[in-house]
Amino acid sequence: MDHLLNAAAPVAAVLQAMLYAAAAPLLVGWIRKVKARLQNRRGPSVLQPYRDLRKLLAKEVRVAHTASPLFRAAPYIVFAATWLAAATVPLLAVNLPTAALADIIVLVGLLALARFFLALAGMDVGTAFGGMGASREMLVSALAEPAMLMAVFTLAMTAHSTNLAGVIDFQLSNEFALRPSFMFALGGLVLVALAETGRIPVDNPATHLELTMIHEAMLLEYSGRHLALMEWAAQIKLLLYGTLIANVFFPWGIAQSFAAGALGMGIAAVAAKLLLLGAALAIGETVLAKMRLFRAPAFLNLALLLALLGLLSHVILEVGA
Amino acid sequence: MIMSAALSLVLLAVVLALASSAASLFAARTPTVIRLLAMPLFCLAGMAALAGGLSALLNGDAITATLPLGLPWLPWRVQLDALSGFFLAIIGVVSFAVGIYGPAYVRGFEKGRDSLVALGGFSGLFLAGMMTVVLAADAFLFMVAWEVMSLSSYFLVAFQHDNAANRRAAFLYLLMAHVGGLAILLGYGVLASFGDGFAFDAMRAATLSPAWASVAFALAFLGFGMKAGLVPLHAWLPEAHPVAPSHISALMSGVMLKVAVYGFIRFVFDLVGELQWQWGVAVLAIGCISALFGVLAALMQRDLKRLLAYSSVENLGIIFIGLGLALLFLSTGHSLPGVLAFIAALYHALNHALFKGLLFLGAGAILHSSHERDLEQMGGLLRRMPWTGFLFLVGCISIAALPPFNGFVSEWLTFQSALRAWQFDSGVLRSLVPIASAVLALTGALVAATFVKVYGVAFLGQARSRHVRHARAVPFGMRAGQAVLAALCLLMGVIPTGVIGALNAIPEQLLHSGLPQAVSHNWLSVNLAASNSASYSAPLVAVLLALIVAAVVWVLHRGPVRRVRRCDAWDCGFAPPGNRMQYTATAFAQPIRRVFAHLFLVDEAVVPRNDGGQRYQLTIGDRTWGIFYLPVARWVEAASRRVVRLQSGNVRLYLGWTLLTLLVLLWIIS
Repeated sequence: MDHLLNAAAPVAAVLQAMLYAAAAPLLVGWIRKVKARLQNRRGPSVLQPYRDLRKLLAKEVRVAHTASPLFRAAPYIVFAATWLAAATVPLLAVNLPTAALADIIVLVGLLALARFFLALAGMDVGTAFGGMGASREMLVSALAEPAMLMAVFTLAMTAHSTNLAGVIDFQLSNEFALRPSFMFALGGLVLVALAETGRIPVDNPATHLELTMIHEAMLLEYSGRHLALMEWAAQIKLLLYGTLIANVFFPWGIAQSFAAGALGMGIAAVAAKLLLLGAALAIGETVLAKMRLFRAPAFLNLALLLALLGLLSHVILEVGA
Repeated sequence: MIMSAALSLVLLAVVLALASSAASLFAARTPTVIRLLAMPLFCLAGMAALAGGLSALLNGDAITATLPLGLPWLPWRVQLDALSGFFLAIIGVVSFAVGIYGPAYVRGFEKGRDSLVALGGFSGLFLAGMMTVVLAADAFLFMVAWEVMSLSSYFLVAFQHDNAANRRAAFLYLLMAHVGGLAILLGYGVLASFGDGFAFDAMRAATLSPAWASVAFALAFLGFGMKAGLVPLHAWLPEAHPVAPSHISALMSGVMLKVAVYGFIRFVFDLVGELQWQWGVAVLAIGCISALFGVLAALMQRDLKRLLAYSSVENLGIIFIGLGLALLFLSTGHSLPGVLAFIAALYHALNHALFKGLLFLGAGAILHSSHERDLEQMGGLLRRMPWTGFLFLVGCISIAALPPFNGFVSEWLTFQSALRAWQFDSGVLRSLVPIASAVLALTGALVAATFVKVYGVAFLGQARSRHVRHARAVPFGMRAGQAVLAALCLLMGVIPTGVIGALNAIPEQLLHSGLPQAVSHNWLSVNLAASNSASYSAPLVAVLLALIVAAVVWVLHRGPVRRVRRCDAWDCGFAPPGNRMQYTATAFAQPIRRVFAHLFLVDEAVVPRNDGGQRYQLTIGDRTWGIFYLPVARWVEAASRRVVRLQSGNVRLYLGWTLLTLLVLLWIIS
C-alpha cells in the first residue's frame, strides 16, 4: 500500500478532519441564508453560526443540580465520535489512511455511539422534555439506521468493499452507468439523511414549540461550551451526510493524488456539490411542512424500502447479468 | 494414565465445582460456609476452566481420554479440542466473575428463610454439569451432564419458591427443558443408529442419508433451540431467568445458553456430516425472528431482569443468524465467508457471555441495595452507586454494539459475511441474506433504544421511590466481579485481531478451513480479503476517540471561563421538574410500541380507582402464547380427557388392561 508510505497522506487526513470541523458551520449558515432568501427575508450572514459558537464557548456553563457526571461528559463524547466518523468520509481526496481506520459500518457505529450519549444526556436531568426527545430520537434512529445500512450495503456489494474509498474508486474507475440499485440507494440515503440530521419533514431545527421537537429537546438543559460542542457536532453530522451523498454518488472531481492542484480541484468540486445540496435542502425545507411524529415511521419505512429495493435489484439484476 | 495439562486442569475444575457443591451441604448449620468456602471454590473452578480451556484453544490439538467412570460397557469418554476449550473458557470466565461477586451477594440470603444448602449445592452441580456437557465425547455422558445441568438449574430457578409465580416459572422451565432434552436424545439416537454406538467418533464416521440427516438436524435444532430460547420456543426463558438469584441469572443467561449453542455446533457442524443449505435457511429465519422479537419484547418490559432475559433471546438470535449464514455459505462451497460467519457467531457468543453476565450482575447489585427490579421505581442510581453505574454503562454500550466495545466487533463480522451474499449462485439466497442483514440492522438499532431506556430510566434522572433514593454502593467484591467483566468487554472490543486469530483454530479443526493469515496478522486493524476492501482498526478508533476527547477538554479548559455553576433545571421555564414528572420506561417505549403494535397483544385501559380517581393500565402480552403454546396445552388436555376414560377405578378392568398389554407384547416378540 504505497499511498500509506507517502508522507503527504497523514497530513492530508488531518487536514481533511480539520476542514470538516471548520467548514461545518458554514454549510449551516449557507442553508439558513438560502432559506431566508426564499422566505423573502435578508437573513443573517452565512458566518452567523461561527459567531454563535464563539459566543457559546465564551459563556459560563450552567448545570442542573440533578445532573450526573454523564451530563458533563456527554458533549465531549458526542463531539469526538461525530468528528471521528466524519474524518473517515473522503471529503477532498480518496485513499487517505483513514480508510484503514474505519469502513462504512464503523461510520454508522460511531454515529450510533454519539446518538447513544446524546439520548442519555437528554434523560439525565430528569425533565419531561429531555426524556421525550430521547424517546423520539431513538424511534427515528431505530428506523433510520437499518435504512442507512441497507443503502450503504448496496454500494458495498457493488464495489465488493465496505470501505468508502473503495466504493468511490469503483465509481471512478468504471464508466458511468445508470444503475437502478444506486438510484434506489440514493433515494433511501437522502431520506435517512433528512431524518438523522433532524431536518424537515422529520424534525424542525428552528422550532420553538417544545412539543414538536426531537433533537433540540435533548439539548434544552445545555449551555455554554457544552451546548457549543453539541451544536457543532450536529453541524459536522450534517456536513458528513452531505459529503456522503455528494462524494459517494457523484464522486467526480475528488482528488486521487495529494498534489496541490488535485487537492484544490477537490475543494472546488466538493464545495460546489455541497452548495447545490444545501440549496436543495433549503428549497425542500421551504416547500415541505413538518410531519406529525407518527407519520415519521412511514417516511422511514419508505427509506428502508427504497434501500432494500436497491440491494435486491443489485443482487437480482446486476450480479447475475 | 497420563493426561495433558489442559485436560487435567479442566477435570480439576469439574472436581472443584463438585467440591463447592459438597461444601454447601454444611450451610444448614453454618451459613457462612457458602460465603467463605463454597463461593471461593466456585471461583477457583472458573479459573481452572478458563486456564484449561484457553490452553486447549491456543494449542489447537484435540485431546481425548476415557474416564474410569460410567457403565462397564459404556465408559465415559471426554475430549478437549479447540471448540470445547473455547466454550470452557466462556464458562470459566463468567463463573470466575460470579465467584468474586457471589460471596457479598449471597450474604443477603443468610438471614432469609430460603435454603442456602440448595443455593450453594445446586450452583456447584450446575457449573459441573455445564463443564461436563462441553467435555463429553459420547452421547451418553453428554445427556447425563445435560440433565444434571437442566435439573440443577431448575432447583436454582425454584430457589425462592414461596412465591407462586416462581414455582410456575420453574415448572414451565422443567417441562420445556425435558421436551428439549427428549428431542436431543432422539437426535443422538438417529446418529447412533447409523454409527456404531454412542461415541462421537463413531457418529462422525457414519454416513447418513440426506433425509435422515435432516431429521437428525431438525431434532437437534428443536432441542438445542429450546434450550437456547429461540422464538417460538423461548417462553420459559423470560419467566425462569429473572426469578433465580442474580448471580445465577448471569450464569444461566451468559453461560447456559452458550452451552446450548455449543451443543448445536457440535451436533450440526461436527457430527452430522454433510451440511445442507436448507438447514441454513431454517436457522437464519429462526435467528432473525428471535433477534427481532426478542429485542422488541425487551423494549416493552419494565422489570429489569425480565428485560435482560428477553434481550438474551435477541442475542441468541444474532448468534444463530451467524450460524445460519455459516451453514448457507459452507454448504454451497464458499468456505471463506462461511468461516467468517462462523467466527462471528462464536465471537458473539463470547461477547454475550461477558456483557450479559455484567448486566445481570449489575441488576443484582441494584436489587441488593434497593430491593427493586421495577424500572419505574428507579432513577438517579448513577449518583448513589457510581461504580455499578459506570460498569453498567460499559455493559449497555457493549450490548448496543457501539464501537470501540466488543458487541460491535461481532456485529461487524456478521455484516461482513452477509455482504458476501453476491457469491451465491441462487438468486433466492442472494436476496434472502440481505433481508436478514436488514433485520440485524433493525435489531441493532432497537437494542440501542432499549438500553438507552434502561440506563436513562434506572441510572439517570431522579429516584422515583424512597428505597431507591436510599440505595447505597455495593460491597467491594460485587464491584470487582462486575469490573472483571467490564474490563474484558473493552479488551475484547479493542483487540479483535487477536481474538479472531485465536478463534480461527476452531473452524480449522472442525471444518478444515480457516481464514487466510492476512486477516489476523495485522494487529492494528482487521482487514478482510483484499487490502482495504473492509477494515476496522479498533485500537486506533479507541485511541483516537480518547485523544479527541482529551484534546477538546484541554483546549476548552484553557479558555477564560472554566467555571460550572449549578442551578435548577431550566425545562423551558416550567415549574421545577419533580421525580414523578420524568419520562418513565413505559413512556419511553411508547412510540416504538405504537409502531410495532400488531406484533404484541397491547391492552391499554383506564380503570377507576377506589379513591374515585382513575388509573392507566397497560398490559403487553406475548402473541406466541396464543399461537403455539395454548393449542398444545389444549390438545394435551383433550388427549388426557380421552385417556381418562380408561381409568374407571375398577380393579378388574385394570387387570384386564394389564393382561391385554402382556398379550400384545407377547404377540410382538413372538
